[in-house]
Amino acid sequence: MTDTTMTLDQKTGQQAAAAPKEAEMPPAIRPATERDPLRARIEDFSFYYSNGFQAIKHVDMPILDRKITAIIGPSGCGKSTLLRSLNRMHDLYPGNRYEGKVILEPEGENLIGPDADPVLVRLRVGMVFQKPNPFPKSIYENVAAGLRVRGIKKRAVIDEAVESALRRAAIWDEVKDKLHGSAYDLSGGQQQRLCIARGLAPNPEILLLDEPTSALDPIATAKVEDLVQELSETVTIVIVTHNMQQASRISHRTAFMYLGEAIEFGETAQIFTNPRHPRTENYITGRYG
Amino acid sequence: MTMATEGSLGAAVQTDQTAFDAVRRAKQKDIVFATGGLIVMAIAMTLLLTLIGDLVIRGAARIDYGFLTSYPSRLPERAGILSAWVGSLLVMLVTAFLAIPIGIGAGLYLEEYARKGWLSNFIEINVSNLAGVPSIIYGLLALGLFVYGFSLGKTILVAGMTLALLILPIVIVSTREAVRAIPRIIKEGAYGLGADQWQVMWSYIIPAARPGILTGAIVGLSRAIGETAPIITIGALTFIAFLPPAPVTPDFPLISFAWLNDGFTVLPIQMFNWVSRPQEGFHIAAAATGVVLIALTFTLNGIAIWIRYRLRKGYRN
Repeated sequence: MTDTTMTLDQKTGQQAAAAPKEAEMPPAIRPATERDPLRARIEDFSFYYSNGFQAIKHVDMPILDRKITAIIGPSGCGKSTLLRSLNRMHDLYPGNRYEGKVILEPEGENLIGPDADPVLVRLRVGMVFQKPNPFPKSIYENVAAGLRVRGIKKRAVIDEAVESALRRAAIWDEVKDKLHGSAYDLSGGQQQRLCIARGLAPNPEILLLDEPTSALDPIATAKVEDLVQELSETVTIVIVTHNMQQASRISHRTAFMYLGEAIEFGETAQIFTNPRHPRTENYITGRYG
Repeated sequence: MTMATEGSLGAAVQTDQTAFDAVRRAKQKDIVFATGGLIVMAIAMTLLLTLIGDLVIRGAARIDYGFLTSYPSRLPERAGILSAWVGSLLVMLVTAFLAIPIGIGAGLYLEEYARKGWLSNFIEINVSNLAGVPSIIYGLLALGLFVYGFSLGKTILVAGMTLALLILPIVIVSTREAVRAIPRIIKEGAYGLGADQWQVMWSYIIPAARPGILTGAIVGLSRAIGETAPIITIGALTFIAFLPPAPVTPDFPLISFAWLNDGFTVLPIQMFNWVSRPQEGFHIAAAATGVVLIALTFTLNGIAIWIRYRLRKGYRN
């Protein structure tokens, strides 16, 4: 089975719900039609870095409204690259190129289209990074940052939004007495929840989490996981993780990526208990990583 | 069998006398290097302290209220540095006013806005080169361009402009380095919230880079305050027995810029002038001027260190 034939198979199988399986290494499985409401659709999406490297190859993936979509896969498979494409992070560095579509529902706006302003996209799609990156400001100002960016100046509005975001991020009780203290005095786990609160404060339509617990200890990780699950009742979440247990614990849908391709997408339970693609099975059973 | 396995392992990695010897030799090298460094540093510090000590011993006693508030005189015991320190102060004011905003602006532009390519590389290399150009070259440029080309005369304004040119590369380079030192994840975090470039610049980059930028600006100014060659080249006067018009006036609009177009002298020139006189009294006055100049330079550097310390405390991560 060569890559060329796989790509060809992918192309032809794109319209049909599921491509016919082959004996040893079938083509990537296309996402089945979703009955749940969508928040975004990734269609035939490719991404090229400025050095010409194609990090994402013709990915199709639905993003369900107010559900958690996990992207898993071995290092270098393009999962973070895909996530960072969703709020146009790659536009910060010259020479990077997108192809295909990322349609935001229900408006049908293409986030990577030529008319889409990356700054406006980022106002709608928030992001939490791998390493906690609070700003060198007070806790309050960290959470207020997204509102100030949007030109909100009314003290009462900001106060309310800061408290509500900190409550939603389940960190209010820990910081309510030191809102004007430095964010750097918090522990790593608290800093990461602060960063989630910062992402939540401006009420984004989608919140992207890029391996949000990779720098945290197990207790802090558990707190962030609980928080993410709670948040999914109100906001659409896409999370990249190298931790398969995490994906299986918290997500509703899981996508498995390998070498820039989306190999399989489905309900999390199905991906982890009954993977359809041998590569997915190999990965989740730990045969390679 | 077991013996053979151990033998083959042992051949690859051996922690025996050879390894201990290697560590001991490395330690000896450390000691030799540290001693050498200490000696070189001691020589440099002794030389510097001797120079300063010599100035202080000869000149410190000469510094009193009268010395700071008198004009130069042909009598060494009545000579003072009033016009020189006021001149230095006003020239520094012009230099700071020109070099700091332009330098910071250029540095931020080159680092954040300019397209990265051969042109920006070319500019980067040349800005660094400019920092190493001998200061008298700047003096010649200023003489040709400002004094004769623009007919601005030998004024405080021209001196300030010349020194601003001189320290511009220092300010630009330190601004760029300060901006470059900001962690990428902080910038990405700000952009990730939907901030545009202007907001990221004002709310995140400039505050975080402020300690580095200010340090560069002050280091530049403390270099400018001691410069003599370019100021002599543009033709500063060496004997001035008057002060420029005051910048603050009693009538509306309360601020006057007439001083910009006045002749001037500065501390290093006053010192240079007195050193070249035959009388012993002037040599003492020159030493005293040197002490004042060194004190000013140290104060500026001290402020730079203090700012760096104070502002860095808030930006630790």
